[in-house]
Amino acid sequence: MNKGYRNWGPPLLLIAPTIIVIGIFVYGLIGANISVSLSNRHSLVPATEFVGLDNYFALFAEERFIHSLQNLGVFTVFFIVGTMLFGFIWAWMLDKGVTAEGVFRSVFLFPMAISFVASGVVWRWLLNSAEGDRASGLNRIFEIMGLDFLQNAWWSEPGWGMAAIALPAIWQLAGYVMALFLAGFRGIPEELREAARMDGATEWKLYRYVIFPQLSPVALSALIIVGHMSLKVFDLIMAITKSIYQTEVPATYLWVALTANDYAKSATIATILLLFVAVLIVPYLIYTARAERKQR
Amino acid sequence: MSVVTETKKKPNVSRNTEMPGQSALKTRKRLSRTVKYVLLVLFLIVVLMPVYVLIVTSLKPPQDVNPATSWGLPVRWPWEPALEGGPTGFDNWALAWNALSASIGRTFLLAVPAALIASFLGAMNGFVLARWRFPYADIVFTVILFGMFIPYQAIMTPLVQMKTTLGLPSDISTLLIVHVIYGLPICTLIFRNYYASIPHELMEASRMDGAGMLRTFGSIVLPLSLPGFVVTIIWQFTSAWNDFLFALFLSNQNEGPVSLSLNNLAQGAQLANYGAAMAGALLASLPTLIVYIVLGKYFVGGLMSGSVKS
Repeated sequence: MNKGYRNWGPPLLLIAPTIIVIGIFVYGLIGANISVSLSNRHSLVPATEFVGLDNYFALFAEERFIHSLQNLGVFTVFFIVGTMLFGFIWAWMLDKGVTAEGVFRSVFLFPMAISFVASGVVWRWLLNSAEGDRASGLNRIFEIMGLDFLQNAWWSEPGWGMAAIALPAIWQLAGYVMALFLAGFRGIPEELREAARMDGATEWKLYRYVIFPQLSPVALSALIIVGHMSLKVFDLIMAITKSIYQTEVPATYLWVALTANDYAKSATIATILLLFVAVLIVPYLIYTARAERKQR
Repeated sequence: MSVVTETKKKPNVSRNTEMPGQSALKTRKRLSRTVKYVLLVLFLIVVLMPVYVLIVTSLKPPQDVNPATSWGLPVRWPWEPALEGGPTGFDNWALAWNALSASIGRTFLLAVPAALIASFLGAMNGFVLARWRFPYADIVFTVILFGMFIPYQAIMTPLVQMKTTLGLPSDISTLLIVHVIYGLPICTLIFRNYYASIPHELMEASRMDGAGMLRTFGSIVLPLSLPGFVVTIIWQFTSAWNDFLFALFLSNQNEGPVSLSLNNLAQGAQLANYGAAMAGALLASLPTLIVYIVLGKYFVGGLMSGSVKS
């Protein structure tokens, strides 16, 4: 008994503050959020009744919410494809040994150190929707290069405008994916490549059967991280466009609802966002924990 | 595109034996190498383009801003006298500094303690989770880790209500608590991975039984932990400095961090003064950029641990 206390007491004492705090501020507040989302707290007046899933049904019946989901979908697809593509290409080029590799790596990665609010300032200018004589930003570059047909209204364009918002997001995070892939490339034992070449594998076969399979855990990590960041996108949109209908995503819609004191609605949107992220993250965490246990 | 397989870094054995037909292969290799460098430099230019825009625009006084020359260098540099004694490029920077200096100071007071406190708690947790296999340690770890991935929106509504109920101020002190709490999962993760990578023998120098472990942590483990601290402090400092979400929901422009006042400066300048907004964006980014340039290696370390595996 005494021995048990001496063994487990101190470590539990060290970790207890964190367990309590995380218990309250992550799981407790998630619970509180869900309970608000099931109430009729649509103003500063405290909730009077439990309304079940009514707020969820109401939200999915709203054209505005569906529109925000569509925006999020477009953003997510472009953001993920863009970061994965550039991240992979940069890592692939740098892995093969490049003079001044450090310079390229640092430059590709540095946007990650900047806040979305600060990069939003410059990207709002770059994505200026004015065309022709009044064009500035990227539209002006197209004008100068004689590529006028590429000029467009960027995020002011209904429908695909959200793809324009993905540009700054790609700019900021492609370097991160590059760093992940680079670590992945460097983790492949040289003997594996050698062995494949000895067996007369062509470059394509080397990639198809040796390199890609070795990289797939890294690619999964990158996909999960970029994907969950994408679902949470908020700062960037607020900095570039403020919370307007054209570029509305669930996270900015939540802000609109909360500033209008519609707590039930903001909590409902929050729960839906959490579910999206959980679907992505929970299996990943379980998978990682299992893989780790096997290693031991 | 053909692929260059032999490099200086990874010498290939087969290269040493010259064979007929090698010279054509060499030409092809040289060509593909050139193509690669051209592409890399192009990417470099594209990635640096927004920085060029920020710097150049911040140096242009409002009266010199003209869409047609918006990509060009300033017509008049800040040190040249402006027409009719009007503002110069320096005035953008003065305007931005006046708008941001107070909040930059506040953000230091927020980000530095947030980084230190969360790192210290993370070190304790990481040590316990890596070295002290109490029952269900893995489950506890995963449960803590989930807190790092949740969208903070999912707790924002009750958090805002909680802040109102408790009467917490809309200033840096509330944000400090929040950043410490939500920084715990990643700090715990980084330290757990770090301690798992340190050889067992180093830490088992003094036999660890119960209370002995507290002493071990203080006298043996903490002094070994500097590399871990550098990574978590950089990570926490950067994310507290760059945070906008918590700042927006829990503080206000007069008492909040720099992200709020920068956003205010930028959005207020919707019509005319992009120059001041860009000067402000540069000022607000300077601390994290300096950290990145000086300690870039460790910055990458923090990024990597975001992918869970060590």
